[in-house]
Amino acid sequence: MKYLDEYRDGRVARKIVDEIRHVQTKPWVIMEVCGGQTHSIVKNGIDYLLPEGVELVHGPGCPVCVTPLEMIDKAHAIARRPDVIFCSFGDMLRVPGSDGDLFTIKSEGGDIRVVYSPLDCLKIARANPDKQIVFFAIGFETTAPANAMLAWRAKQEGVANVSLLVSHVLVPPALDAILQSPQNRVQGFLGPGHVCAVMGYEEYEPISARFRVPIVVTGFEPLDILQGTLMTIRQLETERAEVENEYSRVLNREGNKAAQALISQVFEVGDRKWRGIGSIPRSGYHLREEFRAHDAERLFDVARIDTREPEICISGQILRGIKKPKDCPAFGTLCTPQRPLGATMVSAEGACAAYYAYGRHLNKEEVDVPVRSLGGAA
Amino acid sequence: MCLAIPGKVIDAFDQNGMHMAKVQFGGIVREACLEYVPDTRVGEYVLVHVGFAISKVDEEEAQRTYQLLEEMDQLTELMAPVVEERGGEGERR
Repeated sequence: MKYLDEYRDGRVARKIVDEIRHVQTKPWVIMEVCGGQTHSIVKNGIDYLLPEGVELVHGPGCPVCVTPLEMIDKAHAIARRPDVIFCSFGDMLRVPGSDGDLFTIKSEGGDIRVVYSPLDCLKIARANPDKQIVFFAIGFETTAPANAMLAWRAKQEGVANVSLLVSHVLVPPALDAILQSPQNRVQGFLGPGHVCAVMGYEEYEPISARFRVPIVVTGFEPLDILQGTLMTIRQLETERAEVENEYSRVLNREGNKAAQALISQVFEVGDRKWRGIGSIPRSGYHLREEFRAHDAERLFDVARIDTREPEICISGQILRGIKKPKDCPAFGTLCTPQRPLGATMVSAEGACAAYYAYGRHLNKEEVDVPVRSLGGAA
Repeated sequence: MCLAIPGKVIDAFDQNGMHMAKVQFGGIVREACLEYVPDTRVGEYVLVHVGFAISKVDEEEAQRTYQLLEEMDQLTELMAPVVEERGGEGERR
């Protein structure tokens, strides 16, 4: 496990941080896009390791967080029906809607099942021909190949009692929306590694060119994040704006062509609402017309459900890098992971939940800052 | 849930017309669909997200990433119940 030690070695981390100090002459604001990266940064105290002028802000890349409250309410309305078996990934179960969560519905007699793979829904459907099996198909591009395969197989195999409640979101239009905002502070991005494992990174090149921002596709290990940050700062300091790949041991520019092919056969791109942000044009996948028989939003009359977010929550500004969790008066008091008021507190990958889990709502002195996992480099 | 988990392909087979595999993640073995990385062979490592392999990785990468995910408590999706072909809410392995 030599390699593993190398990747944890505080000396290597320190070397990269020293190099960042060496090349950085101005203050820079860099956004990590993926919720997994946010979690890793906060857990490992990477933001504390970086020199003063380098600020990491946390992006919208947590699929559970950005699923709109009204979509949660639609899911709950369907899940309450006695003729439905409602299937979901585990992390959606405790996300509260306007009236309880999926656990509440289960305790009231609803048939709610956690699935590992969307394909499990086909097995459940064949075993329960008198029930409607509805799958809560949320996620970014990483999850789209799996969810597309469920719709594809249901249609091919004629499994009529399977449908999908689709709330799929796409990363590039979100970056576009962030950069177009007049309040934008973000000057460079750490791109989402596993999203790009599926999609490649060609589609980020026009964004980088148009807004003159560096985008460095980055993994989520501590040294990946430090290396991606260094690569971004090198570009910023030399006035370059390119898409670079820090995570080449996992992905290339093309991505997974087989997965992309099935995604585009099943889904089409359309407008999508994001929790905390609102509607972003062409930022989500919807089932194509050929799959309407498997579209839960059409099969169950839920299209009119429209829920508003609590007004106190500032998650929309956090997801766009304008504010930090600590800027919110409700953070850690009215709003906690047990009683989340908004998007970024509902999942472990959300910025507020990560800050809370690692004690960032306490004073810095009170916290055992976890830079220890990087060998105490500070 | 946006992260993929690396595991070792220990068996590959066809089921209902799909390339499938048994993939070992630490001490846990789960099925994964290989349709998107069809040239994967037994003994190789793949990144798996919600039951689908999305890319191949080498062994060192796989080991390192797995350990990191374990530390970050990001392996809970592997604990979802196993659904057997006859349906029902399968048993946990």
